[in-house]
Amino acid sequence: MTKITMTVNGKSASGDVEGRTLLSSFLREDLELTGTHVGCDTSQCGACVVHVNGVAVKSCTMLAAEADGAEVATIEGQAAPDGTLNTIQAAFQEHHGLQCGFCTPGMVMTTAALLKENPKPTEAEVREYLEGNICRCTGYHNIVKAIMAASGQEIPAIAAE
Amino acid sequence: MPKDGGIGASTKRREDVRFLTGAGNYTDDINVRGQTYVHFLRSDVAHAKINGIDTSAAADMPGVVQIFTGADFEGVGGIPCGWLVTDRHGEPMQEPAHPVLAQGKVRHVGDPIAAVVAESLEQARDAAEAIELDLEELPAVVNMKDALGDGSTKVHDDLTSNLCYDWGFVEENKGAVEEAIKGAAHVTTLELVNNRLVANPMEPRVAVGDYNRADGEHTLYTTSQNPHVIRLLMGAFVLGIPEHKLRVVAPDVGGGFGTKIFHYAEEAFCTFAAKAVNRPVKWTSSRSEAFMSDAHGRDHVTKIELALDADNNFVAVRTETLANMGAYLSTFSSSVPTWLHGTLMAGNYKTPNIYVNVKAVFTNTVPVDAYRGAGRPEATFQLERVIDQAARELGVDPIALRRQNYVTEFPYATPVAVEYDTGDYNATMDKLEEIADIAGFAARRKESEARGMMRGLGINNYIEACGIAPSNLVGQLGARAGLYDAATVRVNATGSISVMVGAHSHGQGHETAFPQVVAEMIGIDAEQVDIVHGDTAKVPFGMGTYGSRSLAVCGSAMVRATEKIINKAKKIAAHLMEASEADIELKDGNFSVAGTDKSVAWGDVTLAAYVPHNYPLEDIEPGLEETAFYDPANFTYPAGAYACEVEVDPDTGKVTIERFAAADDFGNVINPMIVSGQVHGGIAQGIGQALMENCVYDDNGQLLSASYMDYTMPRADDLPFYTVDHSCQTPCTHNPLGVKGCGEAGAIGSPPSVINAVLDALNSGGHDVAHIDMPATPSRVWAAMQK
Repeated sequence: MTKITMTVNGKSASGDVEGRTLLSSFLREDLELTGTHVGCDTSQCGACVVHVNGVAVKSCTMLAAEADGAEVATIEGQAAPDGTLNTIQAAFQEHHGLQCGFCTPGMVMTTAALLKENPKPTEAEVREYLEGNICRCTGYHNIVKAIMAASGQEIPAIAAE
Repeated sequence: MPKDGGIGASTKRREDVRFLTGAGNYTDDINVRGQTYVHFLRSDVAHAKINGIDTSAAADMPGVVQIFTGADFEGVGGIPCGWLVTDRHGEPMQEPAHPVLAQGKVRHVGDPIAAVVAESLEQARDAAEAIELDLEELPAVVNMKDALGDGSTKVHDDLTSNLCYDWGFVEENKGAVEEAIKGAAHVTTLELVNNRLVANPMEPRVAVGDYNRADGEHTLYTTSQNPHVIRLLMGAFVLGIPEHKLRVVAPDVGGGFGTKIFHYAEEAFCTFAAKAVNRPVKWTSSRSEAFMSDAHGRDHVTKIELALDADNNFVAVRTETLANMGAYLSTFSSSVPTWLHGTLMAGNYKTPNIYVNVKAVFTNTVPVDAYRGAGRPEATFQLERVIDQAARELGVDPIALRRQNYVTEFPYATPVAVEYDTGDYNATMDKLEEIADIAGFAARRKESEARGMMRGLGINNYIEACGIAPSNLVGQLGARAGLYDAATVRVNATGSISVMVGAHSHGQGHETAFPQVVAEMIGIDAEQVDIVHGDTAKVPFGMGTYGSRSLAVCGSAMVRATEKIINKAKKIAAHLMEASEADIELKDGNFSVAGTDKSVAWGDVTLAAYVPHNYPLEDIEPGLEETAFYDPANFTYPAGAYACEVEVDPDTGKVTIERFAAADDFGNVINPMIVSGQVHGGIAQGIGQALMENCVYDDNGQLLSASYMDYTMPRADDLPFYTVDHSCQTPCTHNPLGVKGCGEAGAIGSPPSVINAVLDALNSGGHDVAHIDMPATPSRVWAAMQK
């Protein structure tokens, strides 16, 4: 077992982990931050996306020990302390960008990374950036729409209904 | 304009806040004090005799609590099938045993052989690797035609063959259909495959069993679309636990699409083992495990014939289908290719003669059961493909050919035993032509061709039967359960309301949409109404969510219960205002006496019900809570018209979806935003089936597509924005809300239009291709162009 310490959503968090413990397991099981979801075991679905030192990573594909000393941001830290949704979260609700909610934390965290890199993405850029995140409910229509809206851009007419 | 929070308003979803902040409560988020973990050792071969299982070394591994094998389940019931199909000759289907853990043989890759319960998941996995198996591999039966051949290896030694049933529908029509085909001016025949799919909700299945020795109560937390059905099936048929000692909780569930309807072995195992080891037992499926243990969908091989007279009127349809059941009969498996498929073979058309034959076949593959649409996509695909091919052969416009044959008068009794109550197929086609801009297609094709691409337009209709189902009818057809639903409306003293519903929301937004109905009926703010679902200890009864039934069946029960509430509240209001009950009117949450200025508010009445100081105690009881069960009089029949435009790259065969439009008639709509979202998701799954998704076994029964690396699902950049419309509304005539159901339409309606579009593109490019099987991958399309 290795003792690790990291900053998660601005608070210090530590625990003892096995070498094989994944960051996703550490967040979910040790820190009880169950908003980060695990939907596959091949790093394909993106439900587990968190930010490590400001970069979006699939937490099922990173060992917890590798995040020792890192700054980690998860879905639980995205809204304001009083519960007010951030711009991305609010846009997902406004545009019905989620149904079952399971892929949603990963979608929100991926969107945050996208808009940091590219504040005004085109529709094609949004779709391409989401390549590592699978949603089985929405057909992506309202997710793409929500992301366009969150970036402060006009929603394409075809998606506006 | 509908009032916000009322019927017809696109009210934003209240459940979103918890999902967007990581506060959802999915089954894998639940940990129970003292919990152990189970790992299933699954067969890695398709068919083998189990000669021995040596668990001695594994039992000594660190952290192991107990190891179970099939021997521990002697005397325990098997996983039941919920529908007894009777064959053409009046004989019951062949129904094999389905033990919780394999006994004697394994019959598909993924069949569970042993279960290791340990202190941690890692310890359970490590110990499972130390179990020594002595498996004697047998030839595997994978192909359905081979499975029915003389001398085929049998999946189940105690059955007479691999044929589950040979179903004919309507058997009495067979001769007339033959005659009509013989006498027809033109017959179009197609042989096609409806590809095997895996539903793949993003949340893998999870089960946590718990047992309380103090009161003898079992609790199962599970990823289910229908906790009461699981309680019924597992309690009554598998473990022999009476309902009052078995609580089933399905909390937030991350998508279902049918595959979380069924009762699975892992649920029974965790419930059973929790008592045996006297500690909670948790199982979380990995995605690879999901591919080999979640029931698969579709997997039909079909020959369809469409006969037309000299004026292009449809005179007969005859279809023969082989339907894969996999190795065991899953909960609804037997009903999918029969009653959910054959009954829809009339489609939107007034074809007078129809005969459907289905042979259901056992193979050494994962069980196959309902997946979004369940039987209706298979019916729609073959019918809409053969109509398109007939139009091509006859050189007529595919839209005109369809319009000419539409059912136009309702109610309409089909030759396949169902009665459509309402519909207007010309109206949805008109709407489609408008929103898809069919008139502009020629110009768009020209533009594509100028870029060296082939462009195709595919259209189709669909009809489905939803709101399953009238219990007395399905009982005659072999269902082993009633298919009503139930709701309890509990009004609290302050006027807030909890509605306990038997439906289960796993993405459909019931927590937002259902309160819109109750709020509208009473005239109060929807925020005052909460929905409670997913727990047999909180919800009196219910049959769950599948078959686009939630609003049509459970919603109707909720309306009936709310009507009872209003009736009782009017009695209380009449007493409070010293008026006659007949004179009481309810509007905007106020009870008034007709023709006077007297009124009392909703909250005054509800308070009086619980503080009955001034109350007609001699006539009515205190309290304000009512339950209703609703059993539908008929199925509902959503219908629509879909259009897809594709570009095909002549160099690579790659198909790109350029435009997609859907015009649906769902009857009345409660929350248009949610309904559109349901259609979007269904379309994406239908496009996935048509272009990408395929569950593949090799000849030895090895599952080749067992991860997201191998099974291709649509990503955001594979899909366009869709144009959807549900303004054509012919309300259902037999339920109180006039609703029809919208959950499956997209997945039913979209595959034929995609394939019709691909074929239109290929033919426009000079390739004479009559059919291409799904998924129309670049390699298949390219190969079709080389012929």
